[in-house]
Parts: sequence; structure tokens; C-alpha cells
Amino acid sequence: MSILVDRNSKIICQGITGKQGTFHADQCNQYGTKIVGGVTPGKGGQQHLGVPVFDTVMEAKEQTDADVSVIFVPAQYAAEAIVAAVDAKIELIVCITEGIPVQDMINVKSRIKNSDSKLIGPNCPGIITPEQTKIGIMPAFIHQQGSIGIVSRSGTLTYEAVYQTSKNGLGQSTCVGIGGDPIKGLNFIDCLELFEADDQTQGIVLVGEIGGSDEEKAAEFIKENITKPVVAYIAGISAPLLVVRKGLRKENMKRSEKLV
Amino acid sequence: MNLHEYQSKELFSNAGIPILKGMVADSPQQAREAARQLQGDQWVVKAQVHAGGRGKAGGVKLVNNLDDVELIASTMLGSRLITKQTDQTGLPINLVYIESATQIKLELYLSLVIDRSKESWTFIASSEGGVDIEMVAEKTPEKITKYTVDPLIGIDYYQLNLMADEMNLNVQLKEQFTAILEKIFILAKNTDANQVEINPLIVDQNDTFVALDAKIVVEDNSLFRQSELILLRDSSQENDVELRASENGLSYVSLNGDIACMVNGAGLAMATMDLIKIHGGEPANFLDVGGDATTARVRAAFELILENQNVRAILVNIFGGIVRCDVIAEGIIDAIKTTDSQVPIVVRLEGTNVQAGKAKLLESGLDIISADDLSDAAEKVVKSAANFGESS
Repeated sequence: MSILVDRNSKIICQGITGKQGTFHADQCNQYGTKIVGGVTPGKGGQQHLGVPVFDTVMEAKEQTDADVSVIFVPAQYAAEAIVAAVDAKIELIVCITEGIPVQDMINVKSRIKNSDSKLIGPNCPGIITPEQTKIGIMPAFIHQQGSIGIVSRSGTLTYEAVYQTSKNGLGQSTCVGIGGDPIKGLNFIDCLELFEADDQTQGIVLVGEIGGSDEEKAAEFIKENITKPVVAYIAGISAPLLVVRKGLRKENMKRSEKLV
Repeated sequence: MNLHEYQSKELFSNAGIPILKGMVADSPQQAREAARQLQGDQWVVKAQVHAGGRGKAGGVKLVNNLDDVELIASTMLGSRLITKQTDQTGLPINLVYIESATQIKLELYLSLVIDRSKESWTFIASSEGGVDIEMVAEKTPEKITKYTVDPLIGIDYYQLNLMADEMNLNVQLKEQFTAILEKIFILAKNTDANQVEINPLIVDQNDTFVALDAKIVVEDNSLFRQSELILLRDSSQENDVELRASENGLSYVSLNGDIACMVNGAGLAMATMDLIKIHGGEPANFLDVGGDATTARVRAAFELILENQNVRAILVNIFGGIVRCDVIAEGIIDAIKTTDSQVPIVVRLEGTNVQAGKAKLLESGLDIISADDLSDAAEKVVKSAANFGESS
């Protein structure tokens, strides 16, 4: 078992014909992820990376019966792309895009709350169930199938946690990068709940960040509801407020430029 | 992106939120002329900087004649204002805003912010205006009232009226107050603001609400669709080194310690700073080279680090995911050769192409201290900094 995704997950990629979409969808393919189609408005009917490209998510869903969509659409169009996936009743939407205006996410989040879709991200590395499916931009080779569930708000720090659990032979059941944006999809508590119910997961690593109060809420939840051992780490104990604001904000801007 | 008070007030005025008559000036003569045109016999001269707490820091002065307007403007312009929200060097005053003075019958606090825990807009109002709102929240929380907008419904007039009730206003003022709430909401949406704040929002001698101060913070991620607002950017109010860093795709914040660090990813950068501290050192900076660091960017990062004269050791910590360790190694070698620095460097590489990266560092023949893991790296860099201090 694992959480949210496994080898049977069927994935479409929104923004598959772009530079980032092409590179990462190809990497996912090589890992064994079942990419069954792509969406780029205006490019419907083409083939890309050996799969059909559709104009709309709705069409892609009808033709491929995908249950997951991974989004590599530039920040200015990403909110709309998420809503299109919600509208097409995609079960799990993984949005990698960084730099989505927070105002747009207010609307997206209220749509998500009123739907059956789940959202991971935005501004996140994605989700991976090692040796089964990789849906995101994480380096595949550091992962190893095993017993630890990892949920993290931070990118490279997740890789550090993955690497260490692989090195000492524990491995991972599923790793979810929930992203560092102020308004996002799944939070720590959602993932903790899923890991608690998952047979393969015997322990949980939670990687937090400074800013906001999600970690405090997670701590309360763990105390009340989680029976499995949890190791939690929050970086930035030494950081003055200036770094908290500037460091995170600037990083946000950067990745959006990269995606465009 | 922060806006100046005078810029925010112009946006307020366009949105129908009442402000006082005012004019901006960049010279003492212009300030005098502005006051003359505004007429009256009392003015307020306000330093235009991107920081709150201006009043207590001497950046807001009430004056009674044109000579004093000119005098106050000449002392402010060209100087730097240090408030509790700035660092110890303060921010440059390049512009002053001259405003007609007014009588104050009542002072309120009003703001609209994006509330991450509610995942929507939240209005915050208080009958206690003109003071530090965080202090009010701490000492007399009952004087603060909040209302979170449901994104699916939008503005709910019943809720606006409830807020007005909490302010103890008469019928006529209540109407004005709710109209301002609604206008702020529209303004925030149109300008992609994360925060609009009026502190204080006053009632003047004519029983009219007036925004005495104005603050708008525009979301950086939205600037691509705010082509007019982007022209209002004042980079003189931003830290020069940090600005240059961001032009190079780096995120840099200068700190007080002597151990510089260069890391990929903000979270890992903070973890690295934490470890330096735990091992008894003090970080000289926060520096994130990003997930897609290139040789050129690594060199730019080194140059930035070495500008800081306090640096006694450098810790490079890279976890290669998308970025390859051999590319980073090339950047490090390149940077050391071009900068000709004697400062000891501890490098910890892990991830993609790590063996090739380590080999390159070895082959270079440069004096680089290699570390096995994060903790080992932190220990070595703290030791190196101490030794470097003794020998120089």
C-alpha cells in the first residue's frame, strides 16, 4: 500500500508541450509513471512523448480516464488550469508551478473545497510512491521503497529527509511535498491522516517551515490522532524575521520565471 | 512590493476613499510651494519611506508656517529615517508629502489582509486607531473585530454592518464606514494587494471619515498583470545587495555573523544556518542559489559573499536534485580562481553526479575542505573560521 498514488495511477500532464512539462513528464515516464496524455490548449490532436495531447482537461479525462493531473503551466495561467482539472473531476491534482498570485489561490481553494478533487501544492516538488510512480520534479534515484511516510513544506529539505531514510535502509512508503505557499491544497493534517491509515507506513517524517501556524495545528493533531512514531523538523530556528519574509518570498518569484 | 503613502493615497482617491489634500515634493522649495498651493495655516510634512513607525521616529511633523515647511523638508530630504521597522541604517528620504492638517474627533484602525489560516480576505477593524495594532491585539483584544469574506459570496453587507456596530458609530458615520470597507475590498482586488491598511482612519470636524495614512502592499507574484503599478516601484527603498542578488537569480539576506553559506533551496539554507549556530558559529548571510544553479550563478554568489568583510569561512551545501553536483563544483573552482580569496571553504555535495563533482574539486588542487554530511560540514566550517581568525 501507499497513499494517494501507486503504479495503477493514470496521469495526464497539463502543460506537457512546454520546456519544463516536457523534461519532467519524460523523467516521470522513465521512472515507470503511467503518463496517459497531455493538455495544451491549441495543440490538441498532436502526439508528444508518445502520448496524445488534448485541448482541454475535460477531453483528456474522457479519452484517457486519468485520475491524476500534474500541472506545469506558467504561473499566470496555473490557477485556471487547476480549476479546469476540478471541473473535469480529476481526483488528484498536483500543481508544481511556483509563483501563483495568492489572490488566485483564494478562488481555487474555495472551488476545491466544494468538489471531490484533492490538490497538492502549488509550489511543490510533487508526490512519489517509490518504485511505483513519480508525479513531480524530485530526483528519482534517492528514493527507495520502504516504511516511512514523508510530508514536507520544503523542497530540497525533503530530498535530505528522503536521502537519509534511504541510506539507513528504512525507505519510503509515499513522499508528499505539500508546498510552501500560504494558500494550498492538502496540508500536514490531511497527509498525517492518510499515513496513519496506510499499512505500509510504519513511521512518519514531517518537515516544516517557519511562517504560518500549520506546524502547530499538526502537532495538536498528532497528539490526538496519530499512533505511529512521528519525527518532525522545522528549519529556521536561527532565522531572523527578515530572512523569513525575504528568503521565502524571493524564492517564490524565482521558480515562476523558470517555468515561463 | 511596497508603495509609498502618497502613491497609496492616489489609489485611494481614485477608488473613492476620502483623503486630505496633499502634494509630494523632492526639494525644500517645492515643499514650500506645495504648502502654499494647499493653502490653510497648518500642514503636516511626512517622510516617504517604505516603513511604518514614522511618527515616533521623527518622520511626521506638524508645522504652522511656510518657513518651517521648508526647514523641516530640508532636514528630512537626503537623510535616512530609522524606525523600529527598518534596520539600523534606516531608509533614504527622497520625497516628502505635504498635507493640510485637520482636526481629529475619532481615530479608528482599519485593514484588509489575505488571511492564510482562513484562506480568504479578512477585514480587521478597531475603535483604537493611530496606535500599534499588534499592541492593541495583545493588550485589549476585545477592541478588535474581524470579518472574513466568503470567496463564493463576496462582500456580505450584513457582516459589514456588524463591523460598523462594533465601532460604536452613529447612523450617518456607519454608512460612511461600510462604504469605505466595500471600496477597500474592490481596491485590493483591483491592485492585487495582499494588504491595505488605514491607520488611523479618522473622523474630522465635519463628521466625515478621512484616511490619514495609507498603506498598500502589492503581491509580487501578481506584478505580471499590474503593468501600471510596477512603475511605482522605488528601488531606493530596497537593500542594494539584495537587489543585485535577485537580479542574478539569488536570494540573499545579509546577517551579522562571520560564516557565509551558499545553499540550494530556502529550507535547506535555513537548516544549514541552524546547524552553524548549533555548532557555535554565527551565519553571515542567508543565500539560496535556487534549484537550477548554473556555474555563472555560483560565481555571482561567491562574489556577493566575499563583499562582506566579516566573512572568515564559507560553507557550501548543495543537495543536487535537478542541479548537478559537477556543475556546482565547476562554479566553485571558477569562483575561487577569479576571486583569489584566501577564506577557507568547506564543501558538502550530495545527490546527482556527486562523485564527478567531488573528483573535480580534488583535481583542481585548490584548498577545499570536504565534508561528509551536514553536521560534519557545520563543525568543520566553525573550526575553520576560528583558525582563520587567529592566523590573520
